[in-house]
Amino acid sequence: MSTSNPNMVAPPEGVVGEGYFATKLNDVVGLARANSLWPLPFATSCCGIEFMATMASHYDLARFGSERVSFSPRQADMLMVMGTISKKMAPILRQVYEQMSEPRWVIAVGACASSGGVFDTYSVLQGIDKVIPVDVYVPGCPPRPEQIVDGVMQLQELVKNESVRRRNSPEYKELLASYNL
Amino acid sequence: MALETTYIQEKLSQKFGSNVLNFEMKRDIFSLEATSETVHEVIQTLKEDESLNFHFLTDVCGIHFPDNDENHQFAVVYHLHNWIENMRIRVTTFLKGENPEVSSIIDLFTSANWMERETWDFYGINFIGHPQLKRILNMDEMVSFPMRKEFPLEDSGRTDKDDRFFGRTIKQIK
Repeated sequence: MSTSNPNMVAPPEGVVGEGYFATKLNDVVGLARANSLWPLPFATSCCGIEFMATMASHYDLARFGSERVSFSPRQADMLMVMGTISKKMAPILRQVYEQMSEPRWVIAVGACASSGGVFDTYSVLQGIDKVIPVDVYVPGCPPRPEQIVDGVMQLQELVKNESVRRRNSPEYKELLASYNL
Repeated sequence: MALETTYIQEKLSQKFGSNVLNFEMKRDIFSLEATSETVHEVIQTLKEDESLNFHFLTDVCGIHFPDNDENHQFAVVYHLHNWIENMRIRVTTFLKGENPEVSSIIDLFTSANWMERETWDFYGINFIGHPQLKRILNMDEMVSFPMRKEFPLEDSGRTDKDDRFFGRTIKQIK
């Protein structure tokens, strides 16, 4: 006999009646997307080690629906950049981002990915937002797994509330165009 | 019998005369200076002479001395190792500031390939005879030689950094 007590995500706002439940398509799609984000770890240094702890049993990112770590950008929703990105690596990061299909989100984990960190030097990219758009920044050097989980949860909020039409909007296309993507 | 530094000095001085100079023990490594024209032959002698036997190239690197005179602006330093006697030797050669160049030692040590590429990458020192002298660590689009003192180490693209918080501006007292 199972003694587990599974937690269900709360349903979105809607109208409940006998045998039916009516709500907005946006909310349903957002709910589904937010709770099955497939991460693509792009780990280059110590933040990557913290991510390993985040994925492991103690912190268990799988609780948030990110069970399946995708090592193919084509099947991932959430690009997690963890660590120092050198300028030489920037085109590779861009290529990985380009290979992801829409909708796609990006988390910059740690000081280096967010701003270059202590590496204010000629060889290091001063934050990945110089080459790709970023949705959530996680501060820390490196951040604790709790912070990474918090970053993922912040992203889940964004995903839940994102309009299904956003990726077709002129604003979004303008954003991508500003990165020459 | 251990390899004596006086013997090395004698041997090289005999062969190269005034082209090898400044023999001294720098800490625990016997060091010498060779002119850029003869450094290839000096290393060849150190490697191939039966009694010297410096068979292993440990390192090649560059140094920039912006305060030196025009003919001593750059240095290339070679570290060699004799595994039989377990002895190291350091050969330095000075190069001029404008278009520094020295002949490659790839024909002697294949391992010099990447080390010379690295020295080119960071100092812009041209190794004549190198088969593929292109950048190795930095991105190909880079136009500067970052370890030369005239190039700033800090990235100019930094936007989040306020100099006041790093003690780099003098506080204005009103």
